[in-house]
Amino acid sequence: MNKKDTDESPDEVLATRAASGDGAAFGALLERHYDRVFRIAYSVLNNQAEAEDVTQEIWAALPAKIRHWRGEAKLTSWLHRIALNAAKDSLRRSATRARAVKGYVEIETLSRGEIADTQTRLSWLQSALETLSDDLRATAALTLGEEMNFAQAGEVLGIAEGTVAWRMSEIRKRLKTLALKDNGQGKEALV
Amino acid sequence: MSDDELERLAAEMQNIKPSISAKQRAMNAAMTAFDAEFALEQANDTKEISTPAQGSVAAPRPTGQNTRTERVKIPRSGIMSKFKNSFSFNPKATMMLGSCAAALMFALVIMPGANYLPVVDKTDSKFMEVSEALSSDGSNEVGNDEIIVTGSRVGRSDLDSAAPQTVVSETESGTIAAIKDGVMKSDSDAQKLANAQREADFRKKRDQQVFNTGITVTPPPAPKIERSAPLQETGFDLGYSEPTSRDRFENYESNTVTSVKATPVSTFSIDVDTASYSYFRSSINRGQLPAPSSIRLEEMINYFPYDYAAPTSADEPFKANVTVTPTPWNADTKLMHIGIKGYVPSFDERPHSNIVLLIDTSGSMNQANKLPLLINSFKLLLGTLDEDDTVSIVTYAGSAGTVLEPTPASNKLKIKAALNQLRSGGSTAGAAGLELAYMKAQESFDEDGINRVILATDGDFNVGFSSPAEMKTFISKKRKTGIFLSVLGFGNGNYNDHLMQSLAQNGNGVAAYIDSLAEANKVLADEAGSALITIAKDVKIQVEFNPATISEYRLIGYETRALKREDFNNDKIDAGEINSGHSVTAIYELTPYGSAAQMVDDLRYADDAIEYASNDSEEFAFVKIRHKLPNSDTSTLQTFPVGPDQEQRLKRASDDMRFATAVAAVGQKLRGDTQLDDYNFQDAIKLASGARGDDENGYRAEFIQLVRLVDGLGE
Repeated sequence: MNKKDTDESPDEVLATRAASGDGAAFGALLERHYDRVFRIAYSVLNNQAEAEDVTQEIWAALPAKIRHWRGEAKLTSWLHRIALNAAKDSLRRSATRARAVKGYVEIETLSRGEIADTQTRLSWLQSALETLSDDLRATAALTLGEEMNFAQAGEVLGIAEGTVAWRMSEIRKRLKTLALKDNGQGKEALV
Repeated sequence: MSDDELERLAAEMQNIKPSISAKQRAMNAAMTAFDAEFALEQANDTKEISTPAQGSVAAPRPTGQNTRTERVKIPRSGIMSKFKNSFSFNPKATMMLGSCAAALMFALVIMPGANYLPVVDKTDSKFMEVSEALSSDGSNEVGNDEIIVTGSRVGRSDLDSAAPQTVVSETESGTIAAIKDGVMKSDSDAQKLANAQREADFRKKRDQQVFNTGITVTPPPAPKIERSAPLQETGFDLGYSEPTSRDRFENYESNTVTSVKATPVSTFSIDVDTASYSYFRSSINRGQLPAPSSIRLEEMINYFPYDYAAPTSADEPFKANVTVTPTPWNADTKLMHIGIKGYVPSFDERPHSNIVLLIDTSGSMNQANKLPLLINSFKLLLGTLDEDDTVSIVTYAGSAGTVLEPTPASNKLKIKAALNQLRSGGSTAGAAGLELAYMKAQESFDEDGINRVILATDGDFNVGFSSPAEMKTFISKKRKTGIFLSVLGFGNGNYNDHLMQSLAQNGNGVAAYIDSLAEANKVLADEAGSALITIAKDVKIQVEFNPATISEYRLIGYETRALKREDFNNDKIDAGEINSGHSVTAIYELTPYGSAAQMVDDLRYADDAIEYASNDSEEFAFVKIRHKLPNSDTSTLQTFPVGPDQEQRLKRASDDMRFATAVAAVGQKLRGDTQLDDYNFQDAIKLASGARGDDENGYRAEFIQLVRLVDGLGE
């Protein structure tokens, strides 16, 4: 199998090969999907360093998991689920450590001073993510970040398509609130 | 309601990018974990080639054997090429875990992942557990060895720049088929080509090896990183390293055949280092072929004690024994074997020693094969010291510190207590440590004795000096004040072989690689403290060949020790030293005049112009050896004509000579030298087996065993 084949093989073929110990196939998957997993981890965790750590953990744990790859689902769906779960686990862990501002942050509850402080620290993306709950961030990661349709996202999240749709409307609402907070100036006002 | 915000969020989320270094790290960790996960099966595969690998029932292996062979052919893919600039992270920082993780590479699959330095964050506890579990279950603790080649070949091209320009007109399977004026070695292009060919052959061989046996042994590292002349090969991005270890070796090209007419004189400095052999051994013991660049033939050959005739008095520090035999791997050439044995002083004659141990206690030393081994090694050394010898201990890690002020060796308890207290931690502040060590050596300087700093470290050693050159200058300056430096290398994963070797060279000392207590015993205690007692310094060998009898020659090894012809008589030029009891061996492959083996054609036009008179002499060569006594600045010349009188049949030659030849053959094959294409490892095993001699310490038996393993790994 040459490099070109590896590069062009479908995910599922590579996964099957990786499950039988083919390091090249695994490496190809790693290259192809590392960023995707990172994006999801970041979306959920809203923290670069933690997302990097979690992504590393996920990939380091994948060889053991890929052994049991059965080819019954799309690889990306499978990966997304793993990534979401790992990121959420990490979120829980860091919540118990109370180390950082995590989870659902009602921007309304912040005092002005805190907002100012937060706003100087965070990019628009981070602010936006902060206004979303865990579930909403996970949903946004799939629908917006990975451009999945509601059905696909619902499958990964293990929720109904309708629930995804509802969450999307929630996301819209919260973003709108955020936009009002920064007087419609968007990022410029926040950065 | 406008969806501006939503679109913006989508855009920004899609644009989330990991940092390159984090990605790098994660990919390394993932590939390492992958190897760990499947290591067991790979290992099983090596045992039962025809049996499908042992997977769990829950993990079907639908693609079977084909997968494995296919996989192997994947070149180091472009995965990392995107990140080639991200290799700037501090190797020291990543090293410890790097080599720990590397333990998992035991049955490494050849794959793009092999490109990655396995770097794992300390915080990645999950991964650590896996790697610890694996490394404690009997798989080899020590790391794997992809090699980063840094540094360029120093001197070679400079040396050769004076030689006539040559043109390569064609190449043929690694050998240069046509060279216009016959000075092959002077042509850097030719060398590059040969080198490129060697790399290609090496890779091919490696792939075949896996293909043939199903063994997925580690890719013995194609050393092609930071070459002074980068190889250009389609599909390979050679600009990045493919480290799974940060061990570094200077890259150099093997000596090629040289025409006697063009260059009748060959000059080199002796070399008593043995680090290359130890490194070879630990590689093989991990199931990996060592990188060609890690093989220095002279160090392989000189690792073994040879029982050459020794001189009888200290005034004549060594004796040369020259033998000429047929070449086992080429019926048309001869081998000229020069064996030099150093004088062994009796115990009473041993000078007083003033030793400063400079010990790297940085965090990376915290491994069983490093600091603990080092401490035990020095305890062995302690046993060989006289009561009135002086020992000091200086450490460096973060900041340099004196652990033990100069103390008489008679106070063993105090010295051992100081050794036992050593703990690792912090980063490496090598320069400060070196300064301090030399200061201590100066404090208890003995004009008539041996004053030596012994540096023990596992790797990088550059904190505080702006360049290796500056450090070398510092060490040579100290050498001139009478304080010598020896270097002991420990562990792997970060071992900077090139630097260690050149530091020892500049410090008139020995560079040895300690991979076991047995090796420590050999280097420090067994060889009559030979790491300590210098009997001659700046030992240079110059051989002039007789064009009437010899048309071509090739020096086996000593590439990194080449000297200019005029340096031989220049006492200011530094060269290697010989320690008590050391033997040094140099082997030339000679092509007799008129032999079918002649590689370099006679010149059509120039030949008549130069009168290479066919003299009447039947001599093959004239060997000249220069040395200085340890405290002298002027050299003494010894000469040995070599002719038919020294010629012997191989069978009749001494065990030492035949064994050295076998080692030379194995080393050359490992380097991929094309001269030995028709000679296989089994031949070398046979030759070595019949030449074991007394082999009191089992070194030769061990070598034969290692070659069997090499043979099993491929070919």
